[in-house]
Amino acid sequence: MGLVEIGIVLIKAVVVFACMLLCVAYLTWLERKVLGHMQVRCGPLRVGWHGLLQPIADGIKLLFKEDIVVSSANTFIYILSPMIVTGAAFAAIAVVPFGDQIEILGKKIALNIADVDIGVLYIFALSSLSVYGITLAGWSSNSKYALLGGLRSAAQMISYELPMGLSIIGVLMLSGSLRPVDIVESQDVWYIVKQPIGFLIFLICGFAECNRNPFDLPEAENELVAGFHVEYSSMKFALFFMAEYAHMIVLSALVATLFLGGWRGPVLPGVVWFMLKVFALLFFFVWVRATYPRFRYDQLMKFGWKVLFPVSLLNILVTGLGMVLWG
Amino acid sequence: MGIAGYTGILIMVAVAAAFGGVVVLLSRLIGKRQESREKLMPYECGIDPTGNARRRFSIKFYITAMLFIIFDIEAVFLYPWAVVYRSLKIFGFIEMVVFVGILLIGFLYVWKKGALEWGSKSI
Repeated sequence: MGLVEIGIVLIKAVVVFACMLLCVAYLTWLERKVLGHMQVRCGPLRVGWHGLLQPIADGIKLLFKEDIVVSSANTFIYILSPMIVTGAAFAAIAVVPFGDQIEILGKKIALNIADVDIGVLYIFALSSLSVYGITLAGWSSNSKYALLGGLRSAAQMISYELPMGLSIIGVLMLSGSLRPVDIVESQDVWYIVKQPIGFLIFLICGFAECNRNPFDLPEAENELVAGFHVEYSSMKFALFFMAEYAHMIVLSALVATLFLGGWRGPVLPGVVWFMLKVFALLFFFVWVRATYPRFRYDQLMKFGWKVLFPVSLLNILVTGLGMVLWG
Repeated sequence: MGIAGYTGILIMVAVAAAFGGVVVLLSRLIGKRQESREKLMPYECGIDPTGNARRRFSIKFYITAMLFIIFDIEAVFLYPWAVVYRSLKIFGFIEMVVFVGILLIGFLYVWKKGALEWGSKSI
């Protein structure tokens, strides 16, 4: 691998990272705006045209806030954990292909940062890594609320990781590859058609993995105040916040890649199709938040272990049988 | 794609980690700081915190983690099987039914024992 290739990869990484940051910032705006309109309010309106500068104002405000390290906290882990969470959330996007190969100055450039054979596995590995960040954040704060939030969060995330991992096995059986590019290219018919149950399970687990409504128990405001990040302030708090939104983006991108045909679509260029699918899914995330109340904790665990887990196993069985019978 | 693809991953992880570090450092440097004993106490609804937060917690979390490890390993075994499933055909199908069946017996045992219950019925 020459210097030129490494340079190209570096440029791609920085561009994608910047785009992700921008998406995260404007996702907060989108969420507040959509939630506002769904509740017959206007949402942010003051800073810039229709509140478009609101995320930037928020970011600057958070940067200038006082950075508190709780006196009884375990300082090193306390500072490290928001970085683990953010790092894991942002780095996961590396293997997702945004589009087909393009040609710039006679050089073929693949529109993903890293084209690895175990791409899907890599995303799962990184998304499990953020469990560590959250648990450590809850524990190291040395606060009761934070500890409870961290524990709940860990139990919830690992419980839903299981059906999530199983739900995509149907897709892997059909495509015969763990490489995202291969999976997209094998989808002449979107896998949502062949794997509707897998898609549903994956989406539900995705909500739980991102700690989003209706599974936002780890940060249930009215019982745990804010859950694992109650003791965090300033930019460390912002990192948790950004990680949650980045996680949502990665998940939407993954759903688009695995079940909705990735960048493929008629007429428009691939990147546009990909973005359309991702943003439709992100809108869905916000829509669900405006619609559903929160689960109770025992209901949440029961649903994960007693419904989603057996159903996802059954889905694999049916897929396997179908492939044996009809090729 | 071989090993070359992993350079991208390395670079992306480095960029993400650097971002986290720089942002935390920046807020440390430019944020104003005015500390007091009360401000640095853990939050407990405004009263002085009582006791240490690191006490015993429900055993259920521990059981959940153990169950997760067992069944997640099952999922990991299914991954390579799924990738080569097309060439294994009916043989692969029966093999996996046996494997998952054995683990399902364990799952049913755990279920009957009440390890999946939360609240009053839990063990």
